[in-house]
Amino acid sequence: MSSRAHMPKKDPQKRTNTPTQPPPQRSRAALGLTAAAAEGRFMLQVCPECRAVQYPPRDACVDCLDTALQWQDITPTGQLLADTTVRTSTNLYFRERGDWRVGTVELDAGPKIVCHLAQDCSAPERVTLLARLDRSGQGVLVAQPENSKTRLADDPQLKALTSDPRHARVLVTDLRNANTPALVEHLLAAGAETVFVGESEAWRKDPQRDALAAIPGVEIMPLDVTDTNSVRQLAAEIGGKIEILINNGRFLRPARLPSGGDTVFAAQEMDVNYLGLLRLAQGFGPALASRTADGQRQALAWVNILSIFALNPVPGFDTFAASQAAARSLSLSMRATYQSSGLRVMNVYVGATEDVWHQPVHPPKQSPRALARDLVAGLQDGLEDVVSGDTARDLMERFREHPGVFEREVTFGEWGV
Amino acid sequence: MILHLNGAKQSDAPIEMETCRAMRQRQKYDGVALVAPYTEPYARYSSHTAHWWIARALRGCLQTAGLNKNALDGFCASSFSLAPDTAVGLTQHLGLCLRWLDHIPMGGASAIVALRRAARAVQAGDAEIIACVAGDTNHTDSFRKLLSGFSRFASDAAYPYGFGGPNMSFALLTDHYMKTYGATRADFGKICVAQRDNALHAPGALMTKPLTLEQYLNARMISDPIALFDCVMPCAGAEAFLVMTTDRAVKMGLPFARISGLIERHNAHTDDPIQFRGGWTMDVDELYAMAEATPEQIDLLQSYDDYPVISMMQMEDLGFCAKGEGPAFVRRHDLTIDGSFPHNTSGGQISGGQAGAAGGYLGLVEAIRQVTHTAGSTQVKGAKRAMVSGFGMINYDRGLCTGAAILEAGDI
Repeated sequence: MSSRAHMPKKDPQKRTNTPTQPPPQRSRAALGLTAAAAEGRFMLQVCPECRAVQYPPRDACVDCLDTALQWQDITPTGQLLADTTVRTSTNLYFRERGDWRVGTVELDAGPKIVCHLAQDCSAPERVTLLARLDRSGQGVLVAQPENSKTRLADDPQLKALTSDPRHARVLVTDLRNANTPALVEHLLAAGAETVFVGESEAWRKDPQRDALAAIPGVEIMPLDVTDTNSVRQLAAEIGGKIEILINNGRFLRPARLPSGGDTVFAAQEMDVNYLGLLRLAQGFGPALASRTADGQRQALAWVNILSIFALNPVPGFDTFAASQAAARSLSLSMRATYQSSGLRVMNVYVGATEDVWHQPVHPPKQSPRALARDLVAGLQDGLEDVVSGDTARDLMERFREHPGVFEREVTFGEWGV
Repeated sequence: MILHLNGAKQSDAPIEMETCRAMRQRQKYDGVALVAPYTEPYARYSSHTAHWWIARALRGCLQTAGLNKNALDGFCASSFSLAPDTAVGLTQHLGLCLRWLDHIPMGGASAIVALRRAARAVQAGDAEIIACVAGDTNHTDSFRKLLSGFSRFASDAAYPYGFGGPNMSFALLTDHYMKTYGATRADFGKICVAQRDNALHAPGALMTKPLTLEQYLNARMISDPIALFDCVMPCAGAEAFLVMTTDRAVKMGLPFARISGLIERHNAHTDDPIQFRGGWTMDVDELYAMAEATPEQIDLLQSYDDYPVISMMQMEDLGFCAKGEGPAFVRRHDLTIDGSFPHNTSGGQISGGQAGAAGGYLGLVEAIRQVTHTAGSTQVKGAKRAMVSGFGMINYDRGLCTGAAILEAGDI
């Protein structure tokens, strides 16, 4: 674990800044860049007919007028031709932040791109572009010197493109989840100042508890996501003191329709996985969304760990998949709600995980450690969509390729129990 | 007949683009007169609307010509702040019954394009007397709002990056131009200082205090290397002129200018990684050929001066010097009214103010005054031939619309 620097305490007499945002308007075509940036991918439109790479995003190929442009990963290197420092802007977000570095890059793939510049970048030089999300939730492009080792989080201008957990206070909602120790360890290693861990039904002691409680920087707090009052109480206590919330609560009982004669487990799955998220959103959402411009302590991100089965049910997890689909839907609504505040909602999709409930599922299964690594890396890159592990990536790819085919191959197929 | 079978190409040997472009020369603009140049004095801010400003300019222009508005049968408008109206709404608002109507949303190229279309309409008999008007208001928050809705590419790919507006876009190309051709800030400063000197002679210019090179160089940076005095001041104002046949102008006894050459071009040089030239270069030879003139025979230049680097670019692209020699050309010449190369004689937009789309008209209206020897205190002695240039619309990373005209005095 690295040494953890503490931030100075906030002066309670000072006004908390109202969050402002960079210009959010985009055309429908430009949302392709945003969707790619949400995964940290540098993608541009390519013409299927003449292979011309397009930018800015278009509805027709600039070379041959083909209208079937496709988003593809593009080699992100180019030459920085010119740079400037914008010192006056009529947009409040940039006004508040002062001098702003911008440049023009000629991409090796052809297009000319106006983009944010890392502080150590100046024309002329070779650069690498990154696609990231800004605080209006839209995709933007950033140039860094080629082979730069500087992290965006260390760049005062570009820090807002990340949700870097360094110096942050984080709430991990469920102490009982098998992935909690790994999450805590990775968050602290990434420089998180405090990790609050929610514990339900404290009388029912969890075997992970003592080890977690012994870690400096970890504070165990009472939190039962199935109890509105419990969520409210903790939100009142620490809602204004956390910058990142990671919802890792999960209730899972394998079930294949038709099974059993009641809905007890299905109801519990909905109560934890869907309603639990809803209660958390009601309790913690407003506090986080109002603190995205709070000086050095800016609320950064809300993280939901979702099963990839949220996209499509897998036989044997029928009711669980339904609760995950509900949670995913709610999560997307949260993203829309918080977009104007600048609070990022990051969904981390996982396949079968290494735990007792996935015991009958064939490997590969995602280890808690790998999940924690991908989640923290996602925060550091400011992502909104993280697909963690080979299984989840494989399923996501198939889903995107053809949802109709995906449904049949999964529901008729071999993934289930 | 061309058959389309299974996606087969229309032709195996497509006609080369260059062949198409070189096919025919533009016809001359003979028989067309530009009369009654009128400038409605600018104001930094205005509580009035664009409609008000356009009406004022139209009225002033018609009074200059001694005409009633019922004499008009053609009208052309340019404005950024007219929404939700266009030229169509103005016909009813201003009570104009017309047989020719146009609306030109091309910013700094609006005047040249308006002139070209109006001239062709008059030549063809589609209209007898056309009023070309540009006007904009400037409320305290107009500039920010104008930027917000400027273009799709700008919203998608320019404004999210610092929201610096045109200052940022021109800073980038100024930076590149300086690094490539060795221009210094003092070179741009010389252009701005000379224009301020000219503005002090122009009754309507918003800037009324002298500017020294030292003040220019010490001004605060806006978007490096663009500093305060490189930027125009957004304001409210309007400009207008009339287009009619030379016969009619002679009959009415109105001083008039003739078009001896005119070019228009959009979205040229798309392969240039960053803008260092404009579309003028594609057509400038034809411009001089049509005018049967050489750059040495041009008595004054009204360039589009949203930023001094663009004026320097026009000096190169319009043939006054070679590409990259703009800095040396500026160093060699005196750019004031009485100088060796009179440039933006009324102070241009840099010292006069940028009244939205009227900024595109300012140079043309002043050029009509110059060649008709009605410019008064900004008159260049013995001016016979003026070059006017337009440049408009940073849609994303560069200005797309260019045009230029050579005007000469008509013989009454």
